[in-house]
Amino acid sequence: MTPDYASLPLVDPAGESGLVAVARKRYLLRLLVGRELNARYSGSFLGLLWSYFNPLTQLFIYWFVMGKVMGLGHRTEHFAIHVFVGLIGVHFFNETFNASTRSIVRNKAFVKKMALPLEMFPVSSVVVSLFNSAPAVLILSVVCLFAGWTPDWVGMASFLLAVAIMITVATGFGLIFSVANVLFRDIGQLVGILTNFVRFSVPMMYPFSKIAENFPNHIDTYLANPLANVILLMQRAFWVGTTSDPETVLHEDFPHHLMEHGLIALATGLVILVIGQVVFSQLVNKVPERV
Amino acid sequence: MSSDTVAIKIDNVSKKFTLQYHRTLKQVAVAAAKGHKVRDTFLALDDVSFEVKQGEAIGLMGLNGSGKSTLLKLVQGVMRPDSGTVRTRGRIAGLIATGAGFHPQLSGRENIYLNAAVFGMSEAETRRKLDSIIDFADIGKHIDSEVGHYSSGMGARLGFAIAIHVDSDIFLADEVLAVGDKPFRQKCMAKIDEIRTSGRTLFYVSHSAASVARMCDRVIVLENGRMGFDGEPEAGIKYLHYDDGDDDPGNDESAMGADI
Ligand SMILES: Nc1ncnc2c1ncn2[C@@H]1O[C@H](COP(=O)(O)OP(=O)(O)OP(=O)(O)O)[C@@H](O)[C@H]1O
Ligand SMILES: [Mg+2]
Repeated sequence: MTPDYASLPLVDPAGESGLVAVARKRYLLRLLVGRELNARYSGSFLGLLWSYFNPLTQLFIYWFVMGKVMGLGHRTEHFAIHVFVGLIGVHFFNETFNASTRSIVRNKAFVKKMALPLEMFPVSSVVVSLFNSAPAVLILSVVCLFAGWTPDWVGMASFLLAVAIMITVATGFGLIFSVANVLFRDIGQLVGILTNFVRFSVPMMYPFSKIAENFPNHIDTYLANPLANVILLMQRAFWVGTTSDPETVLHEDFPHHLMEHGLIALATGLVILVIGQVVFSQLVNKVPERV
Repeated sequence: MSSDTVAIKIDNVSKKFTLQYHRTLKQVAVAAAKGHKVRDTFLALDDVSFEVKQGEAIGLMGLNGSGKSTLLKLVQGVMRPDSGTVRTRGRIAGLIATGAGFHPQLSGRENIYLNAAVFGMSEAETRRKLDSIIDFADIGKHIDSEVGHYSSGMGARLGFAIAIHVDSDIFLADEVLAVGDKPFRQKCMAKIDEIRTSGRTLFYVSHSAASVARMCDRVIVLENGRMGFDGEPEAGIKYLHYDDGDDDPGNDESAMGADI
């Protein structure tokens, strides 16, 4: 019993909601994230090692199949790194998109009985994916160092900007699709199809110069996709530094004003995030009874 | 025990549920094309208003499907009303409809932390009370195995154990004891008594007239989502005709345990 009970205010028991409430309940968020990470790694024999093994094998496959077998790597220097950089970003987005879409349904036992801001679930999916991506970024850094990369400030800034864009876009989509998935179970399948397009919409298996070459009039459309900017910024942060002539590469394989485009993408991401929160708030009231 | 401070204020609350006949887009499209009904709505709570003072022990009664659990979910904040307002004062804890909000793939211990965090307990507070919670639930080594594999009684034991360890001002108990065994029910009754005498507000849902008569100083009866009765426990039980049947557990202590 709270001392001084009568001085407490009469409030709405549902409490506050929204991303702000999630930020205020960090302990609960930490528990949800920790639980997810534990569930993923604790039961398996090699545990955390798997999260290094998986990206490493992918790196090898792309280097061998696309670079050596298909010969795609002639034009692009350190083609495997170019692909790997893209892969990390694409994988992050697809994993988050899939996981956050299912996040509320997967926690339905909880959602039906407990009063908490439901934004908690898509947000924790994003945080979990961030943790899951860390090993791949570490491997990428090591590989790049071996390939002659020296980290630079502009590269670091590019990477941070890329992460910020990614977080806003992934959270925005996660908010929309997690509630939508409760109301229409088809959404999960739709997300599976959508994610197939992501890897081709970013400069991963081809350099940006291909777009500039083949679709010179549609560069703006291509760059309107925030994910394309994310991958370009990540290429700027890692891949450029491994090439023998960074100046030329920067000129040929990147749009002019890369940073400006990045900032516009961040603004797009923020708009997606706001739309996500609005849609979520509109639909969330029906979630506990429908899930 | 009640004071003048309002603990729960419910004003003209209605809750509408949608009965969804079809789930996937294809089913919805086909049904709509054939002119079948895709969904239907009904009022699970219909213009309910009342006020609860701090320290009151309310017995919430009514037939199956009359809206008791729904009302408690609104009070707990799990659901929001479609119209009207629900206001509460202080921390709320409790158990609504058998089985707490547990994550089936997590162990009992992990669920304690999660559940307690939702009720607003800090990590330090949970750690301090962990042994006591596990002790009260008394489910032995199962505490470290998946909750999904618990028997319904074990789930209720753990859920109740957590709920009573929250320093709550309002305690909701919805048929929590229906699946517990007799020793556990007695332990729980003692605990609920303690909550009652400590000046906390109690919301007690039960189909057992005897336990309501013993525990509560006011009875509210819901009938198809509407307020049917609000007043003295004896009169409320009479109103529901829960006092006459010969299969009623009656008033003796041992039978009362049968369907608390
Ligand atoms: N999520 C939901 N979606 C649709 N209808 C629901 C939902 N939850 C409850 N209902 C309906 O609302 C009505 C009230 O349900 P509620 O669980 O509140 O009843 P109750 O009084 O607790 O019954 P019981 O004594 O069986 O526990 C029932 O008709 C039930 O079918
Ligand atoms: Mg019920």
